[in-house]
Amino acid sequence: MSEDLYQEIILDHYKNPRGKKVEIDSLAQSYQVNPTCGDEVTVEVGQNPDGTLLVSYDGQGCSISQASASVMSELINGKTPAEAAPIQEAFMELMKSKGQLEPDEEVLEDAIAFAGVSKYPARIKCALISWMALSDAQIKAQLTATTTTRSG
Amino acid sequence: MFDVDKLRADFPILSREVRGVPLVYLDSGATSQKPTQVLDAERHFYETSNAAVHRGAHALAEEATDAYEAARQTIASFVGAQVEEIVFTKNATEGINLVAYAFSNATDKARQGIEVDRRFVVGPGDSIVVTEMEHHANLIPWQELCAKTGATLKWFGLTEEGRLDISPGVIDNTTKFVSVVHQSNLLGTINPVKKIMDMAHAVGALGMVDLCQSVPHMSVNVNELGADFASWSGHKMLGPTGIGILWGKSDLLNAMPPFLSGGSMIEMVHMDHSTYAPAPQRFEAGVPMAAQAIGLARACDYLNELGMDNVFLHEQELTAYALEELAKIPGVRVIGPTDMRDRGSAVSFVVEGIHPHDVGHLMDAKGVAVRVGHHCCWPTCRRFDVPATTRITTYIYNDKSDIDQAIAGIKSAQEFFGSGIAVSA
Repeated sequence: MSEDLYQEIILDHYKNPRGKKVEIDSLAQSYQVNPTCGDEVTVEVGQNPDGTLLVSYDGQGCSISQASASVMSELINGKTPAEAAPIQEAFMELMKSKGQLEPDEEVLEDAIAFAGVSKYPARIKCALISWMALSDAQIKAQLTATTTTRSG
Repeated sequence: MFDVDKLRADFPILSREVRGVPLVYLDSGATSQKPTQVLDAERHFYETSNAAVHRGAHALAEEATDAYEAARQTIASFVGAQVEEIVFTKNATEGINLVAYAFSNATDKARQGIEVDRRFVVGPGDSIVVTEMEHHANLIPWQELCAKTGATLKWFGLTEEGRLDISPGVIDNTTKFVSVVHQSNLLGTINPVKKIMDMAHAVGALGMVDLCQSVPHMSVNVNELGADFASWSGHKMLGPTGIGILWGKSDLLNAMPPFLSGGSMIEMVHMDHSTYAPAPQRFEAGVPMAAQAIGLARACDYLNELGMDNVFLHEQELTAYALEELAKIPGVRVIGPTDMRDRGSAVSFVVEGIHPHDVGHLMDAKGVAVRVGHHCCWPTCRRFDVPATTRITTYIYNDKSDIDQAIAGIKSAQEFFGSGIAVSA
């Protein structure tokens, strides 16, 4: 019944969040809120000397929103913007799939656990909120794949 | 008392399955289900008498207008009002906005030197009073009015128990308007609105009551509220969506500038100015929602057949049972009064260690439809330091077995998440 939504990986990230409230030298942050339920997340991004991304987040909300933020930070931390972009795109694609897409574990790793979420329209926003905050923070910090390509 | 099993047959939707299990509908505070009698009344109108009301002189136009005005009479009688005091709006939110805009439009006109009724003029130094348990619909229109006019918004706070803290000094000589919810959609609290309206009148202010969660669930006579205005919606009381009611005292309605303007609401129209029809037509611009009015009148008849006192008693019993059963579950905290004194049927709660969305989702998996979120009462949630709640609301078609299903759903959520799990901050 609900096992397709609440995968073990999701419950694990919810109970043991990774990368939450980690102190980073932040270049920009984005605060996002889901006005229908009050879920909140703030994502901060910075950059390592080698050009890879530093990601930290804080927030409160349901298991899906918090686990998704945890998975997001684990996946994106230490990747270059160019490496992160296809992961971000794949996650967006998965959330829009209405449960019809077989996720690519090589790209999405733990994030494949969210495939079931895409079947529940009311919960897709929960899974997306931290990813939206990440994209927004990257734009503000000029750390998207396109901006870094342009500058580098 | 009425027979729940028997009346459930009037609500076809209640026999459907969701997620492969029978539906248990406990979200009537958001919207009620509709009996076939209401649906049939709308269909009958469309099939036999449909025409644009208050226009035209052909037979159908006359029949449609008669049916629409008869519906107004039925709805007026349902709450003890005079027929000319009943204005049809899109929903309760529009009714509240209509009054808020009367103030802002009168204030705008006064600034230009146009003669208006001074009771509707507000500005710096004046205050508008609400409470911390208002639905956003009875908060934001007043925030907007204050922002436009320079008036100050003040409010009564809440006690830990979820009741109004009616401290002196909130309503004072600066107060021009007071708007209060009769029964909280989140906490279930029934407020002493007569007392508050009397306080408003004592300082020369006007007052309004939001009846969205009271008219569907108890006998309400608008004359006993002590208010000048009241607003509620049709869809929470077995009626269709797309119709709400604004009740107002005639002398005030007729002193207010119009809200939406256009056809039907006029008396005389010239190229450079117009005069307006008396209320209620003054506030019903455009072709109105005739079928919805007729459906809502049929809903009033349906509720009258059951008896509103019976409806209230039935829900009191269910609410007491729900509170009793929730109290037995470790880790469940009810947000709002936990005893039945001055309390209606909305029961909000949080489950320790499990976000309300997750609780609601796991209840939904068992077919139990409840509301999760801030219930359009974000400041109220903040007051109780919760991000959101899960809420059970009942109606005439619910019985104790529905509450049992909800309780089982909550327990299954606790089992699923492991009750009292520690979530590191």
